[in-house]
Amino acid sequence: MAAKKYKFISQPRHPTENRRFVAGRGNFVADIDRPDMLHVAPLSSHYPAAIINNIDISEAMMMDGVIDVITGAEIGAAIQPLMNGLDTPKVQRFPLAVNRVRYAGEWVCAVVAETRAIAEDALEKIIIDATPQPFVLDAEEALLPSSPPVHPKHGSNILLDRKFVWGTVGEDFVNAEHNLSFSVIWGRNSTVPIETFGVVAEWNGWDNILDVWASVQMPKYSDQIARCLNLPGNAVRVHYDVDVGGSYGVKRGIKHATLIGYIARKLGRPIRFIEDRLENMRAGDAHGPERKFNVEVAFDSDGSVRSMKMRALDNAGAYAGRAPFQLGKPISAIVGPYQINSVSYHAISVTSNKTVQEAVRGFGQAPTNYAIETAMDRVASFLKMDRLALRQRNLIRSDQFPYLIPSGSTYDSGDYHAVIEKVLTAAEYPTLLANRNHLRDEGMMAGIGIAACLEPSGGNSSFEPLLNESNKTSTWMESCQINIDGLGHLTARIHTTSSGQGHETLVSTVLGEVLEIDPSSIRITRPNSLESLPGNSPVGSRMAIMLGGAAARSAEKLKAKLIKIAAHSLGIDAEKLTYAGGNVLAPDGRKHTWQDAVELAHRQFHNLPEGMDPGLAAFDIMQVPTGNALPVDGKVHMYPCYSFEFHLVLLAFDPVIGRPEIHSYTVGHDCGTVINPAIVSGMTYGGIAHGIGAALLEEFAYDPNGQLMTQSFLDYLMPSSHEVPPIQIVKHCTPSPHTVFGQKGSGESGYLGSPAAISSAINDAVSALDIRFEKLPIRMSAISDAIANKSA
Amino acid sequence: MIRVSIEVNDKTVTAEVEPRLTLLDFIRDVAGLKGTHAGCEHGVCGACTVLVEGNAIRSCLVLAVQADEQEVISIEGVGGDLGRSGELSIVQDAFCEAHGLQCGYCTPGMVLAAEALLADTPNPTEGDVREAISGNICRCTGYVQIVEAVMLAADRLANRNYKSKPGQNSDQTRG
Repeated sequence: MAAKKYKFISQPRHPTENRRFVAGRGNFVADIDRPDMLHVAPLSSHYPAAIINNIDISEAMMMDGVIDVITGAEIGAAIQPLMNGLDTPKVQRFPLAVNRVRYAGEWVCAVVAETRAIAEDALEKIIIDATPQPFVLDAEEALLPSSPPVHPKHGSNILLDRKFVWGTVGEDFVNAEHNLSFSVIWGRNSTVPIETFGVVAEWNGWDNILDVWASVQMPKYSDQIARCLNLPGNAVRVHYDVDVGGSYGVKRGIKHATLIGYIARKLGRPIRFIEDRLENMRAGDAHGPERKFNVEVAFDSDGSVRSMKMRALDNAGAYAGRAPFQLGKPISAIVGPYQINSVSYHAISVTSNKTVQEAVRGFGQAPTNYAIETAMDRVASFLKMDRLALRQRNLIRSDQFPYLIPSGSTYDSGDYHAVIEKVLTAAEYPTLLANRNHLRDEGMMAGIGIAACLEPSGGNSSFEPLLNESNKTSTWMESCQINIDGLGHLTARIHTTSSGQGHETLVSTVLGEVLEIDPSSIRITRPNSLESLPGNSPVGSRMAIMLGGAAARSAEKLKAKLIKIAAHSLGIDAEKLTYAGGNVLAPDGRKHTWQDAVELAHRQFHNLPEGMDPGLAAFDIMQVPTGNALPVDGKVHMYPCYSFEFHLVLLAFDPVIGRPEIHSYTVGHDCGTVINPAIVSGMTYGGIAHGIGAALLEEFAYDPNGQLMTQSFLDYLMPSSHEVPPIQIVKHCTPSPHTVFGQKGSGESGYLGSPAAISSAINDAVSALDIRFEKLPIRMSAISDAIANKSA
Repeated sequence: MIRVSIEVNDKTVTAEVEPRLTLLDFIRDVAGLKGTHAGCEHGVCGACTVLVEGNAIRSCLVLAVQADEQEVISIEGVGGDLGRSGELSIVQDAFCEAHGLQCGYCTPGMVLAAEALLADTPNPTEGDVREAISGNICRCTGYVQIVEAVMLAADRLANRNYKSKPGQNSDQTRG
């Protein structure tokens, strides 16, 4: 299937959102001022585990400007617990700790005051009487029956313990010529947006409605708030015109919104809570996966990898939420881009006395890709085979698509070998090898990193029913609504917030393409949740596919109406007419213009076809393509589209200092038809930067007493413009057969493979010393220490 | 409470403030200009960058009382936002064109860091640009398109009729 030529899609168009942001005219949640607004500051627990005996708020309550202090006991009695993804009813979570604290930093109570400064002052006056309890931090320890359960009523720390066997694993291991095993650890990091989470809520008791403005990226947010606060769904109005200052998955903010919504309703005044950085880092409940992999692979001497056994143990932190599902998404690409005949997968999620985990870019796929790519490097090393050749031997070939993997998903399309060839050419691979050897000759430790991986996209959530049998959800829709006004101008409504993905540009480009009008003339609005059609927000790299799809389908419906009106007006069968540039043309040369249709639809009902409604509006609620079945026998098809990326990195470091410097970074990227090239490239660059952070710098590290040690930007290090090198993106387009333009997802690109590639490069650099780094991040101290120990 | 008088974007803002009030909060809550953003509030991320007397500084690390009687340019003072809504500076326009942003949260600080660089270094190298924005963390872009944007702006500034520092009279740097 050759790439089609489009007028606006895939063309260089400046993202329309950019103008307001460069002028500082975004509409971020902290910019929202409501009259008579109060402010909130939460008090955090110092203990990783304790029973709360008493909270003395009397002195705080006497301070000028303090309005109220909300405790866990109060809110626990007043609202419903937050939603759990798994069937774990005894693992209850409330916005504030109820009776027991379960991690250091957890919010125990919240002061409401006239200013945030007064609220913070009042925190110092609150006295907590608590009895420390035993705690557990390590996931393997948490698994042991002897470990202190984080939720005693649940009985153990195990949230999820599922074993899957897909295909003839036992037989394949017996028949394979070799096997090897290893463990790797993905350290606890997160996306850490520069804007912290924030929410403003206002209760209108005359209309019985709760208005919510939040920096959020969360499916079904208003439903969840309403359920927790015992309100009807139509009594919560979430405003989607709030710009979100970065999210990349984590801005879920459900405990924040229920807390602030509860206070707003109780006090009858608008309430604002904007996390400060400390609150965000230790108690924003936005840490990412922390995962240990035990992997066994069976393979032959020619390099064919036949089977894999993977045990993935994830440390979910103190509460369940949706995080354990991050062990589920990788099932949809459990063999990566490779032809591996069979797989067994043991997914375990445990609670611990650490901060709660939330969805992070890729929803668990990046750690799994790191494990799979490490396996490829280990097999190559075992066989003394070239790492690249080993991958090329095992990659799925372009003539094998659609390709059914053992766990039940079918990959839509791809040409992995072609992408890799393009990257090798663009990066001048022989020169890269020569440069590595030259750096080594100069006394540097230099290595080349390779990683090939997939980005499952389209945001279906079949991992929910797969991991929780009481969940029967197969629906995962997105919608768009369009209207041509009486002057002939088009406005589209989208029903979600955006956090930098350029949805306005996406929708106007797609509508312009289908209706053949200038995308710049199209207005995009974001109404609130009550004025919206159903959707699931930008998760799972889904918006190009789903919002783009719903926009295209709306436009097709509207176009059909324009043609019907013209057919009636011109007295010709609709099939004989052609649509071009917004006008409808008859074979005899007559033209029924866009404005003619507007005139008839808006003002001349008597001239419309019989039975046609007036106006020019259309909407579409689109189900995720291929998402039509629940799991059977531990197998399910998950995502409609699979994007491919191939990373090739050269890095080097001084053996004494150990600070990796990236000399060359090339990535091949195939996400099908690209809607906006600048936006897709930008997300890929950003994903790689985030992956460099995950591989080298970023970690939420705890001390043995359960205290988070990296709770500011002085300790939690993120890549600056010095750490992220120039990056060369090599584009390839294999359209998806399942989407309107052949587009696939790209929102998580870059991040899914860069940590594996960096790890591969560092391990290549130290291979001569027989050192192996088996945990991310690989901090410079770890590198220099390991080398020093070898030399000693 | 202490009386301070700060010239923000050519307009004098006078108020009685607590000594602990940061310049960041003064700009946002007293002057009412919401384009300057809080990121870390401990001087690392650079989201709150503004120009004080022409220098890019972190407004979360400066108290309002320290900025008394000084000239501050926030993002609203760049381009034509004051009175000529919709008109961008060359740097802002280059950020739009190169897509040197995504979510827009670090963007005002980035733009001001770039404005400060280009006011002093009209023909920067890529290394100069990376150094100038190295105190501004962006989690969206990986900096690639930001560097492109600043290089594009530098090129355009070098090839226009005259140049001026934001907030200054153009006659000082005419040429």
